[in-house]
Amino acid sequence: MTQKNRLSGGQIDRDTTLKFTFDGKEYEGHKGDTLASALLANNVRLMGRSFKYHRPRGPLTAGSEEPNAIVELRGGARQEPNTRATTAELFNGLMAKSQNRWPSLAFDAMAINDRFSNFLTAGFYYKTFMWPAAFWEKLYEPIIRKAAGLGSLSMKEDPDAYDKGFRHCDLLIIGAGPSGLMAALTAGRAGKEVILADEDFRMGGRLNSETLGIDNLAAADWAAQAVAELSTMNNVRLMPRTTVIGAFDHGIYGAVERISDHLHTPDAGKPRQILWRIYAPKTILCAGATERPIAFDNNDRPGIMLASAIRSYANRWAATPAQRIAVFTNNDDGHKTASDLHAKGIKIAAVVDTRPDAPLAENYEVLRGAQVIDSKGRLGLTFAEVKLADGTMRTLECGALGVSGGWNPNVHLTCHQRGRPAWNEALAAFVPGDTLPPGMTVAGAANGDMSTHGALTTGAAAARKALGLKGKAAKTPDAEDAPVTQTPFWYVEGCSRAWLDQQNDVTVKDVKLSHQEGFRSVEHLKRYTTLGMATDQGKTSNMGGLAIMAELAGKAIPEVGTTIFRPPYTPTAIGVMAGRMKGMEFHPTRLTPSHFWAKERGAVFVEVGNWLRAQWFPIEGETHWRESVDREVTATRNSVGVCDCTTLGKIDVQGTDAAAFLNKVYCNGFAKLAVGKTRYGLMLREDGIAMDDGTAGRLAEDHFVVTTTTANAAKVYQHLEFLRQCLFPDMDVQLISTTEAWAQYAVAGPNSRKLLQKIVDPEFDISNDAFPFMACGNITVCGGLRARLFRISFSGELAFEIAVPSRYGDALMRQLMKEGEEFDVTPYGTEALGVMRIEKGHAAGNELNGTTTANNLGMGRMVSKAKDSIGSKLSERPGLNEADALKQVGIKPLDPSKKITAGGHLMNADGPVDAKHDQGYVTSAAFSPSLDSMIGLGFLKNGAERLGEKMRLVSPVTDLTVEVEIVSAHFIDPEGERVRA
Amino acid sequence: MSVHDLTPITALGATTAQADTVADLTCTEVTDLALASVAARLGQEKNCASTLGKLLGAPPPDAGKATMGTPYTAVWMGPEQWMLGADFGTHEDIATGLKAELGDAASVTEQTDAWTGFDLTGDGIEPVMELLSNINLRTLAPGDAQRTTIHHLGCFVICGDPHAFVRILGPRASAGSLHHAIMTAMKSAL
Amino acid sequence: MIINHPLLGPRDSAEFVYLGDAAMIDRPNPETASPQDWHDYAYLRENPAGEHRELWFHEGGDRSWLVITRNTLTHEISKVEIARDVARKMGRSK
Repeated sequence: MTQKNRLSGGQIDRDTTLKFTFDGKEYEGHKGDTLASALLANNVRLMGRSFKYHRPRGPLTAGSEEPNAIVELRGGARQEPNTRATTAELFNGLMAKSQNRWPSLAFDAMAINDRFSNFLTAGFYYKTFMWPAAFWEKLYEPIIRKAAGLGSLSMKEDPDAYDKGFRHCDLLIIGAGPSGLMAALTAGRAGKEVILADEDFRMGGRLNSETLGIDNLAAADWAAQAVAELSTMNNVRLMPRTTVIGAFDHGIYGAVERISDHLHTPDAGKPRQILWRIYAPKTILCAGATERPIAFDNNDRPGIMLASAIRSYANRWAATPAQRIAVFTNNDDGHKTASDLHAKGIKIAAVVDTRPDAPLAENYEVLRGAQVIDSKGRLGLTFAEVKLADGTMRTLECGALGVSGGWNPNVHLTCHQRGRPAWNEALAAFVPGDTLPPGMTVAGAANGDMSTHGALTTGAAAARKALGLKGKAAKTPDAEDAPVTQTPFWYVEGCSRAWLDQQNDVTVKDVKLSHQEGFRSVEHLKRYTTLGMATDQGKTSNMGGLAIMAELAGKAIPEVGTTIFRPPYTPTAIGVMAGRMKGMEFHPTRLTPSHFWAKERGAVFVEVGNWLRAQWFPIEGETHWRESVDREVTATRNSVGVCDCTTLGKIDVQGTDAAAFLNKVYCNGFAKLAVGKTRYGLMLREDGIAMDDGTAGRLAEDHFVVTTTTANAAKVYQHLEFLRQCLFPDMDVQLISTTEAWAQYAVAGPNSRKLLQKIVDPEFDISNDAFPFMACGNITVCGGLRARLFRISFSGELAFEIAVPSRYGDALMRQLMKEGEEFDVTPYGTEALGVMRIEKGHAAGNELNGTTTANNLGMGRMVSKAKDSIGSKLSERPGLNEADALKQVGIKPLDPSKKITAGGHLMNADGPVDAKHDQGYVTSAAFSPSLDSMIGLGFLKNGAERLGEKMRLVSPVTDLTVEVEIVSAHFIDPEGERVRA
Repeated sequence: MSVHDLTPITALGATTAQADTVADLTCTEVTDLALASVAARLGQEKNCASTLGKLLGAPPPDAGKATMGTPYTAVWMGPEQWMLGADFGTHEDIATGLKAELGDAASVTEQTDAWTGFDLTGDGIEPVMELLSNINLRTLAPGDAQRTTIHHLGCFVICGDPHAFVRILGPRASAGSLHHAIMTAMKSAL
Repeated sequence: MIINHPLLGPRDSAEFVYLGDAAMIDRPNPETASPQDWHDYAYLRENPAGEHRELWFHEGGDRSWLVITRNTLTHEISKVEIARDVARKMGRSK
């Protein structure tokens, strides 16, 4: 029989045999097994190597608190390091590997570290690798990472999908042990919306691991019956395989549901895990308790486990780590393990109880007042050394040793909002303190009620109280109600190493050393020794460390204090934090109305915020983007080009005070703008810095359409709402965004009017006289479709912007291309748009960069002094208006073949090149096909007075020095004749 | 309805509405909806409400609610602000029509193509919607309408029947992303 | 966090955009304010460890600006008001 350590009974499905491999070797287990229980059943105790010393390790626990049995699951892109074998649900074909060993688990070359353990004590890294500093990154860190590393990453993209979701309930219950099940039954029967979440795949908590009875049923059967009843209630949602990882503000909980981790591969379309955000006004934490070990010399050998874990393996999984087992305990709970194991046919080597008055047993020997002081066995336990009450020694032959030092309530989630646990003397343990996350109560063992009766009673009572349930409480099921007292016993004095934190290899000695070296606060102890800082967050080790510190300091444990816990409760995959927002779905994409058409044309797209915009439209024969862009610019300036400018923000501003409102919004005046006209507007922040610019067209006395830059659309809308609601609440003005309602195209170039005349319905006269520069109005196109026309120009050419309802945008673009054939109409993208606006000297985002004022932009005189507007007062500050203030200028290299780059700084023709002599900087640069030269825009001290000056443009970062001439920013048509043609 | 030469496309880029079914739930692109926002002018709130009342056959909906009428339906958008919807075939120029009725009592803005719609019909709305938005489906009743975030997009969720019909309105330019999110959720949950 | 919107009830704070100190409503009177008043308004903010009145915008909702009284130490929200009402009470008009 392969499963040599498989026992009878248990909650496994023996009819379903699952094949799996561990380090390449094949094994069999059953449905219901964890990887750890299946390995134990196959007589495998050794499952990993320790972090620092590479000591052989096996499982310590049977749950998520596991520090030792940390393995790599699956292979290929799905390889997942640092997974606890104790919680990994077995499936057919599971492939697991031990980690942190080389070349094999049984023979690990790095175990040499163990021989040098005297050098690897607390603070070792800090002490040894302090000097020289440069060695740290290049030498020490890579070596330490390799030697002390945890598992390895696949370095491949995670093929699985993750998701996020939201759930609401009246009551969230965390943990489905006796208290959680009773709370859920109580609330569920009362008709409340309940979510019961448990990290295990089988609900029931400790009930699944115990032989005690509830009412007339075995504990596990009672749990199964409770779960069955709950699953019939529509108002109760059972969430097994779901770990509540954090308690956040105002009753929001984070929970990770493992949808597919127990499957070989997720089903088609299904995520691997879901991160739930659970909204729960009331929560009952029923997280149970974790048994604590007793430290003694060499207490880390595979086979030495928590007594309750051995009991769980035997009762729930019908697996045992050995056929002959000893128990080392300081309390009655350890005796339960011995009697349960005996009942399953396991030989009990002895029960070693530190108490002189320990209860005796009929079926096995109890060594009263004795202590386990050492252990033997190379890759697993073979003997335990016991010091008897009379001081004599005895060697117990055993393949496993169950250790019980009492139980610690799982208070973790009570600490997530700075709550500090309180010391309970009777339990010698921390219990939840007074300050719990709002809405949370704690029941059962998590609150220190260690008996089953106590858990059932407090679970029901907590639910009644949380929900304010009236009426007579239902009868609590009958269960054992033994009073639980725990006498502290933390470690056995020894001369070798006794392990506290087995995952981070921290010993009793390390804690003593750190105390000796002056690290007296718990926080310092943690960081110096790394106690409790591994992936298990010290669930089985923090208490021991604290107790030893208290002893050394001569204080009581609560005086020493405790560290609190942070989310997540257990390690959480980064993938589930991202959910489905990854790759191209990292953020939503916005497509312009001409997107599908542009794609057909082979456009190259660029992300602008969430928008995808056509950057240029390559045609056959073009091999470099500059060829496309130069062609688009030239074609537009010579005839006509079309560009999709839908992405500019559009805000509809209406109301009797709309004009007065815009007068506040823009630093220049809008009150007198005639209906049917558009005006350029500059918005300032209240501190006088330019915020955004655009145009506002007046469609009616009480109706404007405001445009914003693409990047600032949302921000400007928010700002306008702030002005409307908070600063000028009695203005009659209404706002709404219409950005996506209208497809808007710039039609630019000397033939733009001729092209549009073929589109615009004949009753609308768009001649220069009837529709002059800066005109706007409602029109119809193509035989009756309503549209808007604006005569505005970003390119500096005769130009219009035409808008139609978005659904017609695609058709309008095709129509423009068709009707424009006779003019060789050319679509242009954002690059050509950028080149043309630089040629024209129009400011854009590079110039409105959060540091520049109207004065810097050469628009100082635009700021109206006749009215109050946002930012107008502070823009008058002397510091922003000094004689040598930066002014926008144009920049041209003396040698047109020379490149200039944005970000470079302007320096005088002679003299030092340093920050002290800085004269200004370049904000935008492009090659101008119209001038056959690189050109740029920038800001120069007193720039308006320095046209014609020769300067140096330097960029130390790119090692660039170019001689340039300062020119007008308006490279093209400085008098503006074209736009008015 | 105007007669012109231009052929509209849907937000997903086709000439017909897209429909996808997973298990017993169908997601259908809504293309026949004309929309306009109506915001009461300051001091004109009563006039606006009374005209809307006539148009809707019921008082304009309160916060978080929708009113289904013929030809108009209305969804509460914000204080003194509603989104009105009507059949696109008969009300393509919905804003002009409403402005004529409301006059100086309200500001009216065409919103038809600012939005795209997806109707979820059939079984499985709750498990799909709980992956998409933080709306509490369990307390949602017919006629509830909430503005919420789906896939980082500001959307309206209008509840016809929480077990059979929900309409999602989202920003038109992001129709592809919104559709992707809905389809992913449907495959995941159903 | 959960923000109890006066019109819409409890809403997740993820739907909101935070601006800052609600003192920003109290913009100086352009007719009478001194440069110092403008400086203080633009730059000076209290940074209390405790109750703080702050402006939040319901961007993913009804586009209302809210004045929220929040304890910066505990995140407890003790009061939520419509900013427009607050502004009017403070005497703001046109």
